[in-house]
Amino acid sequence: MTDPLLTNFIIFVLAILCGFAVISKVPATLHTPLMSGANSIHGIVLVGSMLIATSARDPLGYAIALVAVAFSAMNVVGGYVVTDRMLQMFRKRGAPAPPRPDQVAAEQAEG
Amino acid sequence: MDAIDILVRLAWLAGAVGFVIGLIRMNSPATARNGNLLSAAGMAVAIGATGILILRDGGDATAWLIIGAGVLVGGGLGLYTARTVAMTAMPQLVSLFNAVGGGAAALIGIDEYIRLVNSPEAAPLTTTIFVVLDIVIGSVTFSGSLIASGKLMGLSITPSRPVMIPGGQLVTLALAAIVVVSAGYLFFVEDSLLVMFVIVATALVFGVTMTLPIGGADMPVVISLLNSFTGTAVAMAGFVIDNVVLIIAGALVGASGAILTKLMADAMNRSVLNIMIGGFGGGEGTVGGGGPEGGTVRSIGVDDAAIQLAYASSVIIVPGYGLAVAQAQHAVRELADLLEDRGVNVNYAIHPVAGRMPGHMNVLLAEANVPYPQLREMEDINPEFERADVALVVGANDVTNPAARRSGNPVSGMPILDVDHAKSIIVIKRSMGRGYAGIDNELYVNPKTGMLFADAKQGLADLVAAVKAV
Repeated sequence: MTDPLLTNFIIFVLAILCGFAVISKVPATLHTPLMSGANSIHGIVLVGSMLIATSARDPLGYAIALVAVAFSAMNVVGGYVVTDRMLQMFRKRGAPAPPRPDQVAAEQAEG
Repeated sequence: MDAIDILVRLAWLAGAVGFVIGLIRMNSPATARNGNLLSAAGMAVAIGATGILILRDGGDATAWLIIGAGVLVGGGLGLYTARTVAMTAMPQLVSLFNAVGGGAAALIGIDEYIRLVNSPEAAPLTTTIFVVLDIVIGSVTFSGSLIASGKLMGLSITPSRPVMIPGGQLVTLALAAIVVVSAGYLFFVEDSLLVMFVIVATALVFGVTMTLPIGGADMPVVISLLNSFTGTAVAMAGFVIDNVVLIIAGALVGASGAILTKLMADAMNRSVLNIMIGGFGGGEGTVGGGGPEGGTVRSIGVDDAAIQLAYASSVIIVPGYGLAVAQAQHAVRELADLLEDRGVNVNYAIHPVAGRMPGHMNVLLAEANVPYPQLREMEDINPEFERADVALVVGANDVTNPAARRSGNPVSGMPILDVDHAKSIIVIKRSMGRGYAGIDNELYVNPKTGMLFADAKQGLADLVAAVKAV
């Protein structure tokens, strides 16, 4: 194993653990926005697509890079916009208040 | 490594930090939107830094043309579809974005492999391994997510019912064997473009045969799993082109998707493996049938139901998949408003897997301006059913089946909403058709239950009119 590969592998494993730790705290109600948000994060593949565009030297390479850039740009832009639209709906509104948490807790204690 | 190199890498790190903190902030509804924006800002920084790196390295005009055209076309399409899609159609759009992300990751692997084969030296084994992993996972997720998206859209070529592939498991095994043998050839015999394309084609077919046999109701789990796959494919692409930000972001998503997939499968009391192999039955209504044995079903009219609701002091609404399908979220909100005006305390009981994805029901109801605090999670609301005068079940089935508390049936052990504890129960449902689990719902023969046979949207509209007339 070469050095950069080893370093990359260490980063990979730590990032996986980080992902587990961060995600497991998210409440179920936010799972769909979360899935969509995670979906836009893997749009980072755009960085890779841009880099292969610079090293392309023949028509096939250009074509692959073009499709890759378009695909990943769609992933990034669409992903973030649709996630934002979902989350916009969770904003607070001046609607009738639900039973206060302390009330609920008291009722639960009785039950 | 000069100053720009260092700055670009630091910017990539900043982007990764943005992703992690953004995900942490998505823990709470209050900070979630901010978290997503932070993640988007991290993305912008990482992409901007990449642009600077390309400028410094003297990217030629063609490269910039490709990047400009690609971003314009792809980004424009993404922006347009994301802004115009109806919220009910959002799961299939997420699946589509997931597909193209996986496709891009696979293309990076393919591109790198072509370069390696054309260079005079043999490709290093470690690189070939990551290339193969990248193109296999990326291709499977590309075709698989497209099929999943098509199933949710109800396209005729990809019906939402499970499509049985002749020889099912055998085909899957054969495809896997082709990939393994081809990969072994690339690793240990020689580099070959042809063999690489055989792997791509096989993986694409595998994505299709993997997703087609799965019923529409299971698609959320599948999309989540494929989302995790795409993250992993992107991380592999990061190894292939030695780019650390791809590795970090890809691994983050790979881990998140895995956790989310498991949570969803757990909530349905099924294992991910069980879903992928294709467990029980089709969607709602595919299994017909009369009333469950050993009990009689009491049908209730709209006016009776309206009177029960109007004179209740506490009503818990249980929305389900049927409400999402009928797009009845606005109708249910209208009914709830009307009841609240009469002084009825209204809450919504949201099962973790209600709708098409976990949290999907919240999004749908939020779209109809249902106040977020009224949406109550299962553990939170279950003790309150005993005190509820009426539980109104709209298009939910298996998640309310008391049979889950006993062992020995397909829903055994599944966490359910304690709807049967309510003083009375009204179920809006089109027919006595079975739910996804393919078993009869004992709730429907409960003496306290009245069945209001109607389409969710129509039934709710009728109730609104009837409550107004009370």
